[in-house]
Amino acid sequence: MAPRWVLPIVAALMLAMSVSADAATVQITMENLVISPAEASAKVGDTIEWINKDILAHTATARNGDWEVTMPPKKTVTSVVNKAGTVEYYCRFHPNMKATLVIAP
Amino acid sequence: MFVRLSAAIAAVSLLSSAALAQGAKPTDPQIAHIAYTAGVIDIAAAKQALAKSGNKEVKAFAEDMVRDHEAVNKQALDLVKKLNVKPEDNDTSRTLSKNAAGKLAELGKLKGAEFDKAYVANEVAYHKAVDSALETQLIPSANNAELKSLLQTGLKIFQGHEQHAEQVAAGLK
Repeated sequence: MAPRWVLPIVAALMLAMSVSADAATVQITMENLVISPAEASAKVGDTIEWINKDILAHTATARNGDWEVTMPPKKTVTSVVNKAGTVEYYCRFHPNMKATLVIAP
Repeated sequence: MFVRLSAAIAAVSLLSSAALAQGAKPTDPQIAHIAYTAGVIDIAAAKQALAKSGNKEVKAFAEDMVRDHEAVNKQALDLVKKLNVKPEDNDTSRTLSKNAAGKLAELGKLKGAEFDKAYVANEVAYHKAVDSALETQLIPSANNAELKSLLQTGLKIFQGHEQHAEQVAAGLK
């Protein structure tokens, strides 16, 4: 019989695998002060990969106040979306950069 | 051509009519110099705000200005080096610098909320003027494609800063 501690670890691994199998990674790029795609879709649990190709720092700031991600120049930052809804967001440093993220339940 | 550039900038009394004498459109070395000078001016204004202001929002905005304009000016320097273009001083650059020095002195006399309001109001006006100059004069006059592209990105940055400054201004009322 396997030691008592094996079962929880196996269970945890399976759970982790099942989560990662479902969750996708969505890429959103900021380049020359343009966010693309202008409208992206994701599901709750998905990871957003925020790719900043500019020499400037940018933010992705949800207008409804739900979240804010800060991207240093030429860096990629990830965040996980955990609430469904259509979220309009913008860059706080350059408010002319605007886009929408549609998060399905 | 310089007349329209002046019209935009004169709106915030940055440019005196003296600088507008020549009718020729600016050359790439002159455009590079004007764009770089415009960045330097905003960095100096931001540094003054960082030294004088006690307002969190105003200071954060000023920090954003220093960070962005230093990054853009570094890129501009890298580009002129690559293109082997020597930025050329010119009347527009000189007038911009002279008027900016006057504005620094004027703002230097103000304190507290009065300073904050005047600084942010000037940032809105200044970015507006530079946007207009970029749009109507500098970008159309630029010959080199890479310089033109950098100026176009610069325009988006300045437009972003203008909106950011407007938001900060609204928060001060």
